Formats: sequence, C-alpha cells, structure tokens
Amino acid sequence: MSRQATTSQTVGPFFSIGMGTAIHDNLVSAGTSGERVTIEGHLLDGDGISVPDAILEIWQANSHGKYAHPEDQQDKPVDPSFSGYGRIPTDDQGKFRFTTIKPGPVPDLDGKFQAPHIVASVFARGLLRRLVTRIYFPDEPANATDFVLNLVEASRRETLIAKKIAGVSGKLEWNVILQGPNETVFFDCGL
Amino acid sequence: MAKTVTYRRPNPDTQPPYLHPAYVSSLKRAPSKSLVYLPHTLSEVTGPTFANEPMDVKACDLTRQHSGEPLGERIIVSGRVLDEEGRPLRHSLIEVWQANAAGRYLHKRDQHDAPLDPNFTGCGHTLTDAEGRYRFVTIRPGAYPWGNHHNAWRPAHIHFSLFGAAFASRLVTQMYFPGDPLLPFDPIFNCTADESARKRLISLFDWETTIPSQALGFKFDIVLAGRDATPMET
Repeated sequence: MSRQATTSQTVGPFFSIGMGTAIHDNLVSAGTSGERVTIEGHLLDGDGISVPDAILEIWQANSHGKYAHPEDQQDKPVDPSFSGYGRIPTDDQGKFRFTTIKPGPVPDLDGKFQAPHIVASVFARGLLRRLVTRIYFPDEPANATDFVLNLVEASRRETLIAKKIAGVSGKLEWNVILQGPNETVFFDCGL
Repeated sequence: MAKTVTYRRPNPDTQPPYLHPAYVSSLKRAPSKSLVYLPHTLSEVTGPTFANEPMDVKACDLTRQHSGEPLGERIIVSGRVLDEEGRPLRHSLIEVWQANAAGRYLHKRDQHDAPLDPNFTGCGHTLTDAEGRYRFVTIRPGAYPWGNHHNAWRPAHIHFSLFGAAFASRLVTQMYFPGDPLLPFDPIFNCTADESARKRLISLFDWETTIPSQALGFKFDIVLAGRDATPMET
C-alpha cells in the first residue's frame, strides 16, 4: 500500500518571514544568454482588491529551452548563470515584478515543441493550496499550436499571455486575477 | 526520445478544496472556474534544485540565531521526506516559519497583543540528508487569535515549505501538535475531508529524539507526490 501525499495547508498571512528570506526577483546576471524581459503585474481578488500577501514562484527553461534539472536529457546547452527559478512577493499594492530571459521552446508530450512559457505557482493567505498557472509571450507564432494553450477555451487564453506595454520595450504586463469573470486560467497540476 | 514519467495526482479527499467557506479568506481568493487539467510535461517534472546551496548550520536551529536563547519550551522537530512509494527525497530544501512562544510572529502585519521575543525570528531552512531525514531545533509556538470568526484561535503550528524533485511535487503545509484542544475548531486544519489525511498533519511525540534535560522531540514525516508507473513519450 503506497502512501498518500501530505495535505496542503495555506501559507497564511505571515509567510514572508519564512519564504521571504529567499526572494529571487532577478534571474539574470551579466553572463546569462537570452533576451531580457521584465514582467510586472497586479494580483487581485474576486472583488478586484489588491492582494498584498501573496508570493509567486516561477520556473522556466534557459534561452535554449533547457531546464537546469537532471531529468532534462535534451542535447542543448546548460547556462551556468541561469537557474530558472524565481520567487517574487507582491508589495503593499498587490504588485509584483521580476526580470528574466525569454525561455526557449521545450518539448510537449508528442515530440513537438511547446511555445515559450514560464510555469508559476501562486501562494497566499486564503489559498489552502497553491494555484498553478503559466505565462506565455505575446507575438509568438507558436502560441497558436501550443497544446496547453489549446486545452483552454479560446476566450480565456489571453489571461495566460503577457501583454506588451505601449512604447516600452523589454517589459511585459501579466496580471493574476484570482476570481471572477476575468479570472486567470489556473491548472490542475496535481498538488 | 526521452520519456516523461509524470507525477501521481492526489486522491481529492486528501487535499483541501480551494473554496472552504468556513475559512473566510478563501471566499474572495478561491478560483470560481474549473481548473484546466494539465498533463505533466518536462516543465512540470523538472523544478528548482537547491542541493548545492550553501546552508548555514544556524538555519536549522531557531534557538541559536540571536545572542540569547528564545523563551519557550525547546523542542526538536524531525522526520523524513518521502515520496508516495516511500523513497526518500534526498538533499531537498525544507523551509519552516512559526510564531514565538507567546503566539506572535515577527511580521509587520501581526497585530496580536503578545510580546515579540528579541531572541527569536521564527524561520529556518535545511536540506534533507541522503535518507530524506531533516531536523530542526526550535521552541514550541503559541496559539494565537485571528479574525476569522468570533473567538477564533489558531492551534499551535509550524509552517513547512517543500520543493521535492519537481515543480509538480511542490508542497506547503502546516504541522500541528498532538492533543491540541483547538484542532477540532480550526477551519484550516479541518478543510480536508479525509480524517486520516488531517491526522497526518499532527506530529507525534517521540521519546527517541527527546534529549534528556534538554528538549522534547516531535516527529513529522512528510510525503510528496510520487511518480506514475507508465512513462509518457516526449
């Protein structure tokens, strides 16, 4: 008889004393290869009220589409200056911002490639378990054939695609709406 | 072509729902639309690894992070991190945070009228060893009131954050103490339908790790999602 995974519990309102010690909102250093991008946004609840006590964790491949993880067996270069992991709290106004590089494409389950994306977890007071979502990139032709985006009804797909900011290059906007008509698409990833 | 061995999905009764009305904070933060089932790809079966991060030994002893000793009952919390097949999660990051013995967090938003302890920060981290074992020295946290409902008190608890080997196995949970009279009344502890799953959040008093004249031992094992048997082609 196998065991069952331990039950999730909320991070609560005071997680920043524990999880806040390892804030990692700049994934890029001088040697990192790839196109720099700063992604910023606002985290809102079902009443449109800012969520100041949330934390976002992100995970992504490097610019070649290779994860810094032993199970990524692809014959692609590792970037020693890029871990692919970030942890970003929301501020008192419920806003967050991080700087990374646009990841390269990684394989899907059929041997094709997924569109470039970042996977993300949202933790907050009020969330008994994390929410899982993804961040895709605008003007990316591969979005049209990405198998995960195609699991989502067309009218909601745009919640997963970061938006360009008029007149600003190197910066994208991506908001997280926890509940309501414009709710961000969240995935069932298991735990 | 590489194969992706996906992670097992939990039995729904053993994990909390997002919306649990008794936990008032979930009302406006739980998603209202159905989650979209996400098959695990390389993006989900990989995840950050911290095995090579430098670890300060003081990070796993929360009683030695200041010049003096914190007030409260010194305890040792230890256990193993395993997957659902019982395999140890080796060199895996665990983070903990908790209130002090008076039930107060060192956090600007904690308004509880109880004293801060200048000798207690209340957070720590460590890596599991080659057998998946971990050990923290700390003090027993106090219960504290919160605004969820009239006369609401959280049972004493320690928050645990675990990464395991992949994004798909990420878990944040809370460890409780045996015999706590507040447990039956706590909407967070009681959010999960399955009683045995709830009970696994309660640590066990443990003579084996209790140190004479020093500290009581509590054992808390944590299980992260295991792997599916059948690999998916990628």
